[in-house]
Amino acid sequence: MDITLNTIDKQFGQFKALDNIDLHIESGELIALLGPSGSGKTTLLRIIAGLEFADGGGVYFGGEDVVAIPLRKRQIGFVFQHYALFKHMTVRDNVSFGLRVRKGEIRPDKAAIRRRADELLDLVQLSELGDRYPHQLSGGQRQRVALARALAIEPKVLLLDEPFGALDAKVRKELRQWLRELHQKTGVTTLFVTHDQEEALELADRVVIMSGGKIAQVGSVDEVYERPASPLVFDFLGSTNRIPAKLQDDHLIVGGQQIVRYNGNQTGNVTIYVRPGDLRVAGTRDIGLDATVLNVQRTGPIVRATVEIPSTGQRLSVEMPHLHHDVKQLIPKQTLRLRLMQFSVFAAEPDLISESIIAPHLIGRERLRQA
Amino acid sequence: MTFTSRSALPGFHLALGYTLVYLSLIVLIPLAGVFFKATELGLAEIWAILRSERVLSALTLSFGTALIAAALNAVFGTLVAWVFVRYDFPGKRLFDAMIDLPFALPTAVAGIALTALYAGNGWVGQWLEPLGIKIAFTQVGIIIALLFIGLPFVVRTVEPVLRDMEKELEEAAALLGASRWQTIRLVLLPSLLPSLLTGFALAFARGVGEYGSVIFIAGNLPYVSEIAPLLIVIRLEEFDYTGATVVAAAMLVIAFVMLFVINGLQAWSNRHKVRNQSLALPVQGAKQ
Repeated sequence: MDITLNTIDKQFGQFKALDNIDLHIESGELIALLGPSGSGKTTLLRIIAGLEFADGGGVYFGGEDVVAIPLRKRQIGFVFQHYALFKHMTVRDNVSFGLRVRKGEIRPDKAAIRRRADELLDLVQLSELGDRYPHQLSGGQRQRVALARALAIEPKVLLLDEPFGALDAKVRKELRQWLRELHQKTGVTTLFVTHDQEEALELADRVVIMSGGKIAQVGSVDEVYERPASPLVFDFLGSTNRIPAKLQDDHLIVGGQQIVRYNGNQTGNVTIYVRPGDLRVAGTRDIGLDATVLNVQRTGPIVRATVEIPSTGQRLSVEMPHLHHDVKQLIPKQTLRLRLMQFSVFAAEPDLISESIIAPHLIGRERLRQA
Repeated sequence: MTFTSRSALPGFHLALGYTLVYLSLIVLIPLAGVFFKATELGLAEIWAILRSERVLSALTLSFGTALIAAALNAVFGTLVAWVFVRYDFPGKRLFDAMIDLPFALPTAVAGIALTALYAGNGWVGQWLEPLGIKIAFTQVGIIIALLFIGLPFVVRTVEPVLRDMEKELEEAAALLGASRWQTIRLVLLPSLLPSLLTGFALAFARGVGEYGSVIFIAGNLPYVSEIAPLLIVIRLEEFDYTGATVVAAAMLVIAFVMLFVINGLQAWSNRHKVRNQSLALPVQGAKQ
């Protein structure tokens, strides 16, 4: 079932939670709503579910306006961050709840309900725990019960509100993988809300990045990661070095040093956005950014270093795979020349605190290929 | 060495000793005294006192009215708590404070007020009397007094549980297709049941022991509207101390049995909360 959102507005008192949201989701897509807290992503999800009412705009499932359809007839599978399992029911009764409350002809008989519940428990790999109560399960197991319960009503749309937010990192990773597989098996149009960019990038077909009640960018994982439309999106999708620079004579200049060629046809103050992992050591004859290594840490397969630009005193972080040949040059107190492999250039320094996304515009994005 | 496992927190023996001594002094010894006093009579004599019609009807009345009042309070007190938790309305804080009044008010004040209201010439009574409904000086009057006394017990035990009840549970039920009534019956009430039973038990216990408010409105006709606590007082005034303690001991036993049953019900309604961590499997449990 495809979903269309049409100019959705929502206001809580003085606070504009959602501002003119348009979005189309294809049938069978797996979509992440990504954004910092307060960006409106959960409100949007709850409006799609019908748990919240928009002040203006329309929600369409397969072309049909659903705003007037009561909650219990919408056939939406919803998974809450804190599971919202019925504590006094066994796992099996939780899963079969949506079938047991049906009335008349559409209610399957007892044996069929039980069979369906067991099938779903099988699907979420909990077939042996049907007689337990929710409190006897771990967090990850509870969330899988919640999913099975949501799937029992054969939902047209599956909505998940920070589904892995309350779980620890390892369980989270496992569940992500598993949700991805489940989505491939069932093909239900799925939206999930998250503030974890790694989760969004790993799971989703497309990512909707929200900020301040607006959609900052929509695109495939590659699109938003490789071509962030704004400093905010860039910043939100991973760790960032922001280097104030000057654009002049077809070069970016930091502290008087021409660090990289750049055909901007413009002159003025800019900010270079570069990820720690996109910095490498340049040869001595290449142009680049001179920096002094302050310290080097190895964290598993990644080596992280903090370096300082002597001319401006700014500190940058650098990351590279531990087997990369540049690693051996990361020696504390050593001065080296850094090459910016891939970066974005935005005009002026954006105001990240107020999350405004209008202020700076993208001037360009550059990617250097290794010779 | 001891019957507890070792604990890093000190003072267990002292604390246990203190608790036992205090409980004995304040509760156990006085209650045991009732039984000792009662056993001054032989079993046959005790039996005879208990089987006398006046005692039987007083005991039936006390426990019957207390049960009815507690049951009514359980229903309507829950509704009151629900309204307080879910809705905002002008004067809410004032009404909220008024709920506690029966706790604080001397019960005689309540008795006098209720009698004045419901007597044949009272504000409410004068309208009911022509309809043939008599409240003051009947068993209905007793139930009304006990309703007044027991209300805060139900409201105050149910309220916090209602407040903590996740709104998400209701949302989840609705999204799964449950009607409002199904949500209440299958989701809300079962999670409310333990605290509802506690409130019921408290209101009931209070109702059985209530004296001050009841004796004003009951009229205290032997065999009809004479409650057991009053009968005990009457026996005492007749210097029939053993007779009084026999009735007292009977009340004690009945009350104990009933609270025991309610406790059992509570444990049953809480059965899903019994911790059993050894049962939990690792996350990648069943099928690999």
